[in-house]
Amino acid sequence: MQDPIIRISNLVYRRGTNIILDDVSMDIKRGSIVAIMGPSGVGKTTILRLISGQLHPNHGSVEINGQHISKLSHHELYRCREDIGVLLQNGALFTDLTVFENIATPLREHTDLSEEEIKDRVMAKLESVGLANTSDLMPHSLSGGMARRVALARAVIMNPKIVLFDEPMTGLDPIAMSTVARLIKKTNDNLGLTSVIVTHNVVQMTKLVDYCFVLAGSKLIAEGSPQALMHSSEPAVDQFMNGRVEGPLSFNSPKP
Amino acid sequence: MPKDRSKRRNLLRPIAEAGHCGVFLIRMLAGIRLERGLLISTLQQTYMIGARSLVIIMICGFFVGMVLSLQSINALQQFGASDQVSLLVGKSLFRELGPVLTALLFAGRAGTSIAAEIGLMKATSQIEAMQLMAIDPVQRIALPRFLAGVISVPLLTALFNAFAIMGAVIFSVGVMGLDPGVFWSKLQTGILFGKDFMGGVWKSVVFGGIISLIAVFFGYYAKPTGEGVGTATTQTVVLSSVLVLIFDFIMTSFLI
Repeated sequence: MQDPIIRISNLVYRRGTNIILDDVSMDIKRGSIVAIMGPSGVGKTTILRLISGQLHPNHGSVEINGQHISKLSHHELYRCREDIGVLLQNGALFTDLTVFENIATPLREHTDLSEEEIKDRVMAKLESVGLANTSDLMPHSLSGGMARRVALARAVIMNPKIVLFDEPMTGLDPIAMSTVARLIKKTNDNLGLTSVIVTHNVVQMTKLVDYCFVLAGSKLIAEGSPQALMHSSEPAVDQFMNGRVEGPLSFNSPKP
Repeated sequence: MPKDRSKRRNLLRPIAEAGHCGVFLIRMLAGIRLERGLLISTLQQTYMIGARSLVIIMICGFFVGMVLSLQSINALQQFGASDQVSLLVGKSLFRELGPVLTALLFAGRAGTSIAAEIGLMKATSQIEAMQLMAIDPVQRIALPRFLAGVISVPLLTALFNAFAIMGAVIFSVGVMGLDPGVFWSKLQTGILFGKDFMGGVWKSVVFGGIISLIAVFFGYYAKPTGEGVGTATTQTVVLSSVLVLIFDFIMTSFLI
């Protein structure tokens, strides 16, 4: 079997005395679209931050292409991040730059491309997300869905190997949601990426992803294809995937 | 026992914070390179924080010059020495009032805007996005603003002094009927380039550095909330004003 591009082994992460992630292990296959799902506050975004090296595990390891992320030096970590694109929850576009400059920023910072080449690449990416005529706009004049698409273009401008998506559908209307989902799929397939999506949007994910991991109560409680998880006999998985009120997963936050 | 420990921690906190700020300054200065990108963003910031402070500096300078000559003439007339007004106004302006008042105005006008801007960038995940793109935000965001502050304050001080002298001329010569030849000759012969003029320049360089360092530091480490940004802004204006006055005394005792 091919080596996974991301391997998380026996990961434990604590914040103070609270255990956020407890003995979580995941293998993420190269070229796949994977969802990490679970109720709000379960530690999904924390996993993304551990993968991108923003946080360090208390125990266990995160490997990307065989490199232990937490053991890299500051310089090595920044090198490694050039292969990772991240789309944050709100897009996090630079508010003082135009759409064009937002997407061009990583190219200007990490390559020696001429102005002409930068323009060609940025416009090609904008074209691919259907926003070629927005290049001169400022981020505040974009709708939520458009901002998310610009952020996607920026996340993949360096042709990364992995793209991490933090709640890419949150706050979008159904049409924008489907547009973003289709773009994620198209970008993943065209560029041969590995996409990791953190979300609690079960409906969109069942259509989009190849494989799901479900977190609950600090633990990984299930993994498999979305279809298999939808019909899981595990009560917690069934409750989350089918949105049932009654079940082992509590709506109230646990005591600190 | 725990009370003692927390008291000690509270007492040591300002020292730890000062150390943290020192490390931040070294981290910034380590990134100074003769690069086109840094040059352009420093010039942009010099325009944003320096050029946009021009009007307030000119108006304040003009009225400070007027009031200073009014007070000086009033006092000097008692000793029959009102022809010395330009010397008194010039010495006070170049040595003390010019650099200190410009610095205090700069702290209120530009320092707060730097802290709020960086704090807001943090609250909207723009700083995080930059780190994830393998771009060091200290170099990209903080350094150009710091350098712009160091460049802007001496230039603004020069402008403040020029407008103050203009205000003094208009009041002393135009209103009080002092001989213009006497006014200018006393000013020209009494103000020493090394001690008076350059002393003020050195002070304003240091004040510019202090204010912009405090602003970028508090902005960068602001809590990513509305309240956090507000606190960073207040801390910037309070601490930088106090430090300007403390450093003014220290520098004056060496330069006098």
